[in-house]
Amino acid sequence: MPATAPATPARRDEAAPPLLQIDSLVVRFGAHEVLRDISIELRAGDTLAVIGESGCGKTVLLKTMIGLVRPSLGTVRFEGRNLAAMGDRELAHLRTRYGFVFQGAALFDSYTIADNVAFPLHEHTRLPADEVRRIVAALVDEVGLPRNVLEKKPVQLSGGMRKRAGLARALALDPQLVLYDEPTTGLDPIMSDVINELILRAGRRPGVTSVVVTHDMNTARKVADRVIMLYPAFRLRPGESQVVFSGTPAELDASRDPRIRQFVEGRAGARLMELREEQRNGLTPGEESA
Amino acid sequence: MASAPLSTASAPAPGITGWVVGQVANLGEFAMAAVAGIGDVALFSLRTLGWIFARRQRREVLVPAFYQIGVMSLPVVALTGLFIGMVLAVQSYGQFKALGLQTRLGSVINLSLVRELGPVLAATMLAGRVGSAMAAELGTMRVTEQIDALESMGANPIYYLVVPRFLGCLVLIPSLTVMADFMGVLGGYFYSHVLLGIDYHHYWENSREYVDAFDFLMGIFKSLFFGAAIALISCHHGFHCDHGAEGVGRAATNAFVHSFVLILVLDLFLGIWLNDVQDFFRPEGPRRLL
Repeated sequence: MPATAPATPARRDEAAPPLLQIDSLVVRFGAHEVLRDISIELRAGDTLAVIGESGCGKTVLLKTMIGLVRPSLGTVRFEGRNLAAMGDRELAHLRTRYGFVFQGAALFDSYTIADNVAFPLHEHTRLPADEVRRIVAALVDEVGLPRNVLEKKPVQLSGGMRKRAGLARALALDPQLVLYDEPTTGLDPIMSDVINELILRAGRRPGVTSVVVTHDMNTARKVADRVIMLYPAFRLRPGESQVVFSGTPAELDASRDPRIRQFVEGRAGARLMELREEQRNGLTPGEESA
Repeated sequence: MASAPLSTASAPAPGITGWVVGQVANLGEFAMAAVAGIGDVALFSLRTLGWIFARRQRREVLVPAFYQIGVMSLPVVALTGLFIGMVLAVQSYGQFKALGLQTRLGSVINLSLVRELGPVLAATMLAGRVGSAMAAELGTMRVTEQIDALESMGANPIYYLVVPRFLGCLVLIPSLTVMADFMGVLGGYFYSHVLLGIDYHHYWENSREYVDAFDFLMGIFKSLFFGAAIALISCHHGFHCDHGAEGVGRAATNAFVHSFVLILVLDLFLGIWLNDVQDFFRPEGPRRLL
């Protein structure tokens, strides 16, 4: 495996036990293997970027980290506790220490932005209404949204504003681990950079650890102190791990692995020939792997 | 993979034997899928029942659901009831007139209404108006990851999304049934007395003689099962919606079709059982209308 030496970012405390530990994770949906043999160790203060082409299982990995998807094999541990062994209530309580920023923001359509951002506070705290309003206003300020969006419904906001509102909601309970699913997808380059800055700013909150799933190399280079690259399971040789790279962004840029170079440089290359071949054979990747 | 030996064992059987084996295999697959589906709905229903008692229901979640299910369904249920009452008069009049028993029209119209047509029509309208809307709404929430967002914030989606809709259907379907009964009785009377000229005294006397409180309560009792079935089936379809507009559309259609079939199946078995109960408490034996 090329350049897989574990990264040692300056802020990592090597003596501390890992915040999140994933061991030999396999996720299958029916006969379709989505994730294969993934092991990740995440320490408090890390910002990890998970990169890889569309459909390689990045979002499924992120949802496995918070227990929304159960592993078929292997374990996911938060502070040493196995998520799969937890009951519903224990898992729900643990999730208050997570913040999840969804790809499409996943704001509740029927609620205003204020109610969306206040939702975790209403669900898990008994703060008075004034205090909730104050926290919501501070969060909206923090993500750079004007106060007049508070009474609007998500459908009245642009994509970038919705993403920022989603980030405000994710930060409401001061989470220890913030998970970002494709935070810059579908945004213009300027708004993408605004989101990158917000991820960096959220990452500077005390004790915050971040995992950013992206296929935007600018985001990976800018926000991450460690990068792992996933390769689609159906393209791997039998027994090969899906993690084809683990290291710093600089090591990623220096890698000579053709699979990594192809992704980093955004070249279709031989993949175009493969697609034509699949088209001729009437195969889809899922069928090919099954 | 587990499926590989199965497919190689069943594939090479030639001729008629192969066809029979294939058909039996298909039947087996269908039966297993059906059993798994029923089991899934049963678990979903148990979880819903559990969450009714596990936590106090929130007024701000219940009231909008009750308004949508009850208040907004009243006009359409009233209109359907009114017309079905009149249609019953139209269809029965000729037969009864041939026997010289027109004055008995009231008994047959009102008995059919309160025992069968009122509850079944109210339930059908509820399944069409509310059930498919619930499946589409929850399906859209599933597709746009709003249900995942709820879970990621440590909130239970069944408590937030299913329980209010279930309680709304269960608590309000009796009122809708009463409305369908009432409007049907009015419609039947209007057509029989005003348009067909049947004497109102005999019309109501015969109705009073043949329709008792048990008939009315039997309809209300059945409607509780219909309401519960509509909510559970529709919410289950929404929760397990496939991706895309097609998936949401299919969830809405299946919610109505499956609810309607279940309403009729429940109606048959509850009807048989309640007839036995009624006969048990009626020492003079079954009633005769003619």
